[in-house]
Amino acid sequence: MTSGETVPIRISDDVVRVRSRVRALAMSLGLGIVDQTKIVTAASELARNTLDYGGGGEARLDIVEAGIRRGLRVTFEDRGPGIADIELALTDGYTSGGGLGLGLSGAKRLSNEFEITSIPGQGTRVIITRWK
Amino acid sequence: MDRIPILKLGNALLVTVQVDMHDRLAKALEEDLTRKIIEANAQGVLIDISGLDIVDSFMGRMLDTIAAVARMLGAETVVVGMRPPVAITLVELGLTLASVKTALNVERGMAIIGMKVEQFRDADDRDLG
Repeated sequence: MTSGETVPIRISDDVVRVRSRVRALAMSLGLGIVDQTKIVTAASELARNTLDYGGGGEARLDIVEAGIRRGLRVTFEDRGPGIADIELALTDGYTSGGGLGLGLSGAKRLSNEFEITSIPGQGTRVIITRWK
Repeated sequence: MDRIPILKLGNALLVTVQVDMHDRLAKALEEDLTRKIIEANAQGVLIDISGLDIVDSFMGRMLDTIAAVARMLGAETVVVGMRPPVAITLVELGLTLASVKTALNVERGMAIIGMKVEQFRDADDRDLG
């Protein structure tokens, strides 16, 4: 794994920055336009969650390798209230806020790999990967 | 503050979204649009998103809200110009924008709004008939 870059997520403009950095890396990796759009959209949903529900945090972007395959991995981390029931949070249409409840479940569908860890009172980490 | 320009196009209003619709911009657009619908006596609103390379659920919700408000004021909203990768991604995301009409481009969007106007005119004629 090549060490990547970190984008802080504090204000809504940072969500836009996460999107443009993910787009740039996805392009440099040679992902097709549909795959680029999917990973950028997934990252946008998760960056928004980090901001709205996690009270801010950061996104870390890495180019990862497995054998001859290369991929883009984005890790979102916050020190917010955490998610008590992850399965419920992954249900389409479920929201604890004012959203549509598609953020987590949608980001999962748009990624090849999806991993979520959350500890109530400590924070949440979501890792998504899109392989070329 | 940035504002999204709204142009009058026949009996419709044309909104071209080229930048990210963050909260404040979307709120400003909602206010500007409602005022313009009344001022211009508009029967339709075309929202051109051909300049957007992604639409996430946040932006999708904004489009839904704007369409719902416009409908209350008697104007039909048609979202036009969605890029194919955006359409594929939205469906996979689970966001089908079911309450918003969509058309391939501005011309087809205008046709949809035009048809609606025709229907009203026919109904008016019958009522008067």
